[in-house]
Amino acid sequence: MTTDLVQYVLSGITVGAVYALVALGFTLIYNASHVANFAQGDFAMIGAMTAVFVSASGVPMVAAILVGTAAAAATGYLLYQFAIDRARGSPVLGLIVLTIGAGIFIKGVAQLVFDKRFHSLPPWFGDHPINILGATILPQSIVVLCGGAIVVTGLALFTSRTLLGKGMLAASQNTLAAYLVGMNVRVIVALAFVISAAIGGLAGILAAPVTLASYDAGTLLSLKGFAAAMLGGMGSPAGAILGGLLLGLVEAFGGGLISSAYKDSFAFLVILVVLFVRPQGLLGEQSRDRV
Amino acid sequence: MNLIDILGKGTKILGAAAAATFFMSPAFAASGPIKIGAVLSVTGPASFLGDPQKKTIEMLTEQINAKGGINGQKIELVIYDDGGDANAARTFANRLIDQDKVVAMVGGSTTGTTMSMLPVFEDAEIPFMSMAGALQVVQPTKKWVFKTPQTDTMACEKIFSDLKARKLTSIALISGTDGFARSMRDQCVAVAPKYDIKVVNEESFGPRDSDMTPQLTNVRGKSDVQAVVVPGIGQAPAILVRNYKQMNLTLPLYVSHGVASKEFIKLAEGGAEGARLPAPALLLGDKLAADDPQRAPVMEYTGNYEKRTGQPVSAFGAFMHDGFLMVTNAIERAKSSAPAKIRDQVEATKRFVGVNGIYTMTPTDHMGLDLTGFRIVEIRNGDWVPVPETK
Repeated sequence: MTTDLVQYVLSGITVGAVYALVALGFTLIYNASHVANFAQGDFAMIGAMTAVFVSASGVPMVAAILVGTAAAAATGYLLYQFAIDRARGSPVLGLIVLTIGAGIFIKGVAQLVFDKRFHSLPPWFGDHPINILGATILPQSIVVLCGGAIVVTGLALFTSRTLLGKGMLAASQNTLAAYLVGMNVRVIVALAFVISAAIGGLAGILAAPVTLASYDAGTLLSLKGFAAAMLGGMGSPAGAILGGLLLGLVEAFGGGLISSAYKDSFAFLVILVVLFVRPQGLLGEQSRDRV
Repeated sequence: MNLIDILGKGTKILGAAAAATFFMSPAFAASGPIKIGAVLSVTGPASFLGDPQKKTIEMLTEQINAKGGINGQKIELVIYDDGGDANAARTFANRLIDQDKVVAMVGGSTTGTTMSMLPVFEDAEIPFMSMAGALQVVQPTKKWVFKTPQTDTMACEKIFSDLKARKLTSIALISGTDGFARSMRDQCVAVAPKYDIKVVNEESFGPRDSDMTPQLTNVRGKSDVQAVVVPGIGQAPAILVRNYKQMNLTLPLYVSHGVASKEFIKLAEGGAEGARLPAPALLLGDKLAADDPQRAPVMEYTGNYEKRTGQPVSAFGAFMHDGFLMVTNAIERAKSSAPAKIRDQVEATKRFVGVNGIYTMTPTDHMGLDLTGFRIVEIRNGDWVPVPETK
C-alpha cells in the first residue's frame, strides 16, 4: 500500500510540475497587466515543438532548448505587440478573449509550420526509472521539477534584486504611479509577456520527453495552468507552484484511490471547494477596494 | 474568419457553381469525367485519419487516370476537409450532391462525420463508402452505405482469441475516455463472455493524460489480473506503455488496432516491446508470407505511397485504398457511372483482396470482412512480428 501511495505522489508531482510552470506564466502576466493569458499553454507548445524540430535537424539538445525557449519568447512578444498593446485601454475581459483568440491562432499556425503528429524528445538522462520505496519515477520528471525550482528561484531573485524586476512589481502594483515616476510601463508589460512566454516554452520543452508534444497540446495546458493559478491564488508565484502541484496530486490520488474515470472531476471539485472557502485562492491576497 | 478567407471561399463557391452548370450541359455529361466526392477530416483532431486518406485517394486517382481512366472516362475528385466537425461534414455532403453532382462518395473519416452525412446520401441515393470504424454505420444495413474498416468488436475478438490461445482468462481493461476507446471498450466487454474472458478490473484515462501510473498501480494491486488490454488511440496509449515499462510490469499487454502505427512504437520509446495488437495485414508488409493473398496488393500500395509521400503507410489510408478501389471496380463492372448501378456492383463485390482485408459484400453485409484481415502482431525491436495463428 505504501508503494501505491508513493506512486500516486510521484505521478502527481510529475503531472503537477508542468501545471505549476504554466501557472507561473499566468501569474506573471496577470501581475503585469491583470490579464489571464489563455495563450499560455500555447507558449509551452511552441517551445516544445520548436525544440523537437530543431533537435531533429541535428542541432545539439542544449541549442534546441535555447531556440525553443527563444521561439516561445518571441511568440510572447508578438502577442503583446500585435494584440494586447493595440487593444490597451480595452476592458480586461476583452483582453482575455483576445488571448483565447491568439491561442487558437497560434495553434493554427503551428499546425502549418510544424505538422499534426505527436512528437517526443529523447530524455536528457536516459529512461531508467528511479526507484523510491518500490514506486518509480522517470529521471525526466525530476528534470521538470528541478527546472521548475530553478525558474522560481531565478524569478524571485529577478523581482527582488534587479531594478528591472522591481520595476515590474511596481508597475503591477500601481500602474499610474509607475507612469508618474517616469517608468515605461509598456516596455515592462512587454517584458512580462516575454519572460512568461519563455517560462512557458521552457516548461513545454522540459516536459516534452514525458508528456509528448503536438500542435494542439496548448489548450488543455492553458486550462489546467489557469486552474492551478486560481487554486494557488492568481498573482502569487508561490501559489502558482503550490496550485500546480496540488492539482497534479489531487488528480493522481483521485484517479488512483477512487476512480480514474472521474479524475478530472476531482480536480475541479477541489478547486470549487477552495474557491468557495477562499475566493482569493490558497496564497492569494485578499483584494481590497479603497473608498 | 478573416476577409481573405471569406473572399477565398467565395471564389471557390462561385467556381464550383460555374463548373456545375458547365458539366450539367448534356453534351458534356456523356464524355465528361466521373465525379467522385470525398469529405475527409484532413485537419483537426482526426487529421491522422483524413490526411493519409486524402493522399491515398489522390494517388490512386492519378494512377487510374494515367492508365486512361475507367471505361475511357477520367475520374475527377472533389475533396472537402471537414476538420473533424460533423456539422461541416454534412454541409459538404450536401454540396457534393447539389453542386458537384458526384456519382459516388468515398470518405467520412470518423464515425461522427459519417453518421451526420449518412442521411444525405441515403436521400440522394448516391453510394457512400465510409471509413468509419463503428458498426452502427452498416448495421442495420442501409441501402446506399458501405464501409471498409474492421469493427472494434473484431479487434476485441482477435485479441481475445489470442488470449484464449495463451490460456489467459481474466483481464484488466484500461480504456481511454474518447469516443473510439469507449466504443471499443463496450464491444470488448460485450464479446468477452464468448471467449470465456472475465474483465476483473477496469480503469480509464483521458486522451491528453500525461501519466497513467496511478491506474497501473491499481492494476498491479489486483492479483487475479492475467493480462492487460488497452482500448485507446492517439498519444495516451504511448504514454501508458511507457509507464508500464517504468513500473516494470510484466503482465501480457495488448493495445488496440487504433495505435497500429510505427509512430506509436516510436513514441513509446521501447515501452511497447512485447505488447501485442491486432493489426491489418498492411502493416506487416514484406513480413507477410509469400503465399498470402494480401501480399501483392499490400506491397504495391506501400511502395507507391511511401515513394510519393515520404511517409509510412497507415491503416487509415488503407481503408481509403480498399474503399476507393471497390467503388472504381464497381464502376468498371457496371460500365456506367449511374449511382444506382455503381451501388449494385459495390454490393456484388466478391473476394476483393484489399490491403486492409478481403471483402465479400452481400445485401445484408455492407462491410464484408471477417477476422482474417486482422493479424495479431507482437512488437519486438521496434517492429511488428506476426504471431503464428493458433486455432
